Amino acid sequence: MKIEVSRQKVHNEFAQKVEEISGQNLFACYQCGNCTAGCPVSFAMDLGPHQVIRFSLLGLEKEVLESNTFWICASCLQCTSRCPKGLDIARIMEAIRLVVLRKKERLDRLEVGDLPGEFLDRVPQIALISGFRKFSS
Amino acid sequence: MGSVGVVLCPCDLEGEPLFDPDVLTEKLKGRKDVLPVVYRSAACSESGVEAIRAFVEKSDVDRIVVTCLRPELFGPTCMRVLRQSGRNTAFSEVIDIRPALASVEKGGLKEAAEHVLDLVEKKIDEVRGRVPSLKEKIPFTKRVMVIGGGITGITASIDLGNAGYEVLLVDRLPSIGGRMLQLSETFPTLDCAQCTLTPKTVETGQHPQIRLITYSEIESVSGEVGNILVKIRRKAAYVDWEKCTGCGLCQEKCPSKVASEFERGMGLGKAIYTLSPQAVPNKPVINREVCRFFTKGKCRVCEKVCPVGAIDYEQEDTFIEERVGAIIVATGFDLYPKEEIGEYGYGDVPDVIDGLAFERLNSASGPTAGEIRRPSDGHIPKEVVFIQCVASRDPERYMPYCSRACCMYTAKHARLYKHKVHDGRAYIFYMDIRSMGKGYEEFIQQGMEEEGILYLRGRVSRLFRDNDHVVVWGVDTLTGKKVEIAADMVVLATAMIPSRGVKELAEKLGIKADEYGFLTEAHWKLYPVESGVEGIYLAGCAQGPKDIADTVAQGNAAASKVQALFAQH
Amino acid sequence: MEYLYFPGCTLYTKAKNLDEAGRECAKVLGFELRELSNWTCCGATFPLAKDNIMALAPPARILARAKEEGGTLTTLCSVCFNVIKRTNRLIREDSEKREKINTFIEMDYQGDVRVLHYLEILKRDVGFETLKAAVKRDLGGLKVAPFYGCMLLRPSEEMEFDDKEAPTIFEDFLKAITCEPVEFPYKIECCGAFQSVGAPEVATECAYSILSSAVRNGAEAVTTTCPLCQFNIDSMQKEVREKHNDFPGIPILYFTQLLGLALGLPVEKLDFQRNDVDPSPLLRERGLI
Repeated sequence: MKIEVSRQKVHNEFAQKVEEISGQNLFACYQCGNCTAGCPVSFAMDLGPHQVIRFSLLGLEKEVLESNTFWICASCLQCTSRCPKGLDIARIMEAIRLVVLRKKERLDRLEVGDLPGEFLDRVPQIALISGFRKFSS
Repeated sequence: MGSVGVVLCPCDLEGEPLFDPDVLTEKLKGRKDVLPVVYRSAACSESGVEAIRAFVEKSDVDRIVVTCLRPELFGPTCMRVLRQSGRNTAFSEVIDIRPALASVEKGGLKEAAEHVLDLVEKKIDEVRGRVPSLKEKIPFTKRVMVIGGGITGITASIDLGNAGYEVLLVDRLPSIGGRMLQLSETFPTLDCAQCTLTPKTVETGQHPQIRLITYSEIESVSGEVGNILVKIRRKAAYVDWEKCTGCGLCQEKCPSKVASEFERGMGLGKAIYTLSPQAVPNKPVINREVCRFFTKGKCRVCEKVCPVGAIDYEQEDTFIEERVGAIIVATGFDLYPKEEIGEYGYGDVPDVIDGLAFERLNSASGPTAGEIRRPSDGHIPKEVVFIQCVASRDPERYMPYCSRACCMYTAKHARLYKHKVHDGRAYIFYMDIRSMGKGYEEFIQQGMEEEGILYLRGRVSRLFRDNDHVVVWGVDTLTGKKVEIAADMVVLATAMIPSRGVKELAEKLGIKADEYGFLTEAHWKLYPVESGVEGIYLAGCAQGPKDIADTVAQGNAAASKVQALFAQH
Repeated sequence: MEYLYFPGCTLYTKAKNLDEAGRECAKVLGFELRELSNWTCCGATFPLAKDNIMALAPPARILARAKEEGGTLTTLCSVCFNVIKRTNRLIREDSEKREKINTFIEMDYQGDVRVLHYLEILKRDVGFETLKAAVKRDLGGLKVAPFYGCMLLRPSEEMEFDDKEAPTIFEDFLKAITCEPVEFPYKIECCGAFQSVGAPEVATECAYSILSSAVRNGAEAVTTTCPLCQFNIDSMQKEVREKHNDFPGIPILYFTQLLGLALGLPVEKLDFQRNDVDPSPLLRERGLI
């Protein structure tokens, strides 16, 4: 597959939005992959966190939003704590979640109806509160 | 009280002049003690320099002040002109007008002119009353002290010795050779390091012009170029080197087995030791912190077996004072301690070693006689992970800079490992490959193609012990996948840092070091081996991370600078 | 010594065992947990978006009320601790956000309440030596693996709790109450957090990695300080066994339950019924109950 790289495509509105919400500079990432290497759930992601940053910088919004990466992220901050460039990758993941969740059309990742009843009986409140905060608008 | 000549150069080399000269010439014309004033653009050009020369010689001015944007570059030129015209350079000054750049931003050329005028007037007042501080000339001592007896210091010493000058080579270790003593083979030729080094150390030790002052540290420094007084502390070796014949019996019979810093934790050494069988000088010292006599009052075996009675437990540190004309600082490097790296186990995970430790494992004279065996159980590791950029290129957590030599020595380590363990696998985690010397790139590629070394592009986030493996959590960014390796041994290429104590030494010498302790060169591009203080030169890894070829080149360069200096007097 | 206590929503219900044991142990050790008179949920996540000020309001209000009531604020839940501590620092350092938040919650809070986790109280104010002396029921070197999880430790410059790569406070606590702490590499890795709700297969794998590592290193039990960790590695063992049927299972105890056991509290107070994997067989076998 081929991508077009130009000043309109690279660091586009999508990338800038991610930077604004997260307060992080995507250009600072030198793609060392430490975040992906240390992430406890990256085994389940189709793009590693470092790849999401790369795709975002290149303005590839569609590919980023189609990945499951930022939905699988558990916000455990291991990536942030080990990034040699001081990037807060957890914030970048949050920003991409919010790009989706703040869209006009409702694109929630999770709805109450998705959860089986007996599960709702077992699960502690903080799981529901944090879950719905991350997965719905 | 002479009058002060003023040379105003507004510096228009980059286009616009920096300040409005009319403002200054007007104001300065009014001063009685300043005469005359010359305004000359691009004073650093050949015609500009000649104009200054004519000005100095014609008007009989014995001191000048010159405005300049790059005083470290133009300063030497001005001083040369003054000297050639027979003027005392200590009476003149080149004024750094870079602070006025901020004024240009604020208020334009007029404001800049006011700022420069302020700087010029202050300098005029400073130089006006200067008189010679000494009644007669001090003799210029043409001897040189080289601090640091590694390959760099040795190179410089031999050059200067061959040029006919007396050299005092000081090193804190008992013998010379520095880091190269710890290496097994060097890249890109994979020549034996000791075969390369030993002829040099012997040449140094036997050179009629070079005096070795080993097991010593610099205590204090005073004076200036041509007349530097250095006080040196010669640490107590508890062995009388005058009597010692280097027979080695004391080391053979010493019963202690202690952790040896030279072996980088890979092996044990004795309390009385030389660094190698070919040590220059081949005289031992006693480490009183581990010696059984000093710590427990027992043993004294070395004293009993020494055939010439050279052991002297009463020996104390001694001090000597030497007068030299120039100093070369070649204090070398150390490696960032893995004990400070939390995500790699704070040094507590067995079988995780650093680059120099691997050199000891691979050395024929090392703790395993050159067999690659892992420290924990002595087994031959079949899965070895090498990690580059450990604590380097890491502005958030460790050192921001690149340590320059690790890409090459890691490839070397992996290749040497494969030469010895044919059925082993070597993995190298890297971010980039920096192979910029002659034959370097070919060396790297050969390692991949012929030795089957697997290069994995990515960092290692964490490693920990699991049963008898070291679990490595890294990534291969080229496939995007997280990678987990159950390694038998891990070799960390940790960042190159300056040798211990270099900041204090820099202070004693009055030279600058950066925040990491690397000595600061007088100009990034043009004066790499000069310290900014006349008579003191830098060479080797003390100035910044580099490989042996470059440290030797700097050793040659510093020696050349000293020779030029001496030739002027 | 008295501390203002913020239980958090879960400790009142699903994690009552963590809460009750904590309160009872405090009494035995001679300090009081005075519950905040008026509190709400902390929000369970510290907002990672720079423009999300709304999510800061609940923890800010908790802190402002703590300031009004006066004293050091403490909590047992790692998640609450993380949210409140990070909010506290943000309010202290970001004057613009502080003003906006204060205007919204109609209070004037400057970020000057001291926030401690219960374990920090045990370490700093009670002291592990005193704790050791207070042990009534010797736990006989029970091999317990301390599971820190993520929220206690990170981000380490803000949490200031312990070394994020090699923490030791939990191990020191276990030693003081006569357990033998088990070192295992997954102690600082995340349990999957809210992914038990969002992507349960992923959280199940996290739990499996953590628990099998603990077992492999010789643990007889695992201890936590967070109701979410507890749920993910205790209650979800059912799901773990569905995926990995060779998984042996291991009881998960809140640290306050272990503490209560060591301090000689009656077993009913420790509420083991709420632990999905029943620890009673293990404790009975070791003669502890």
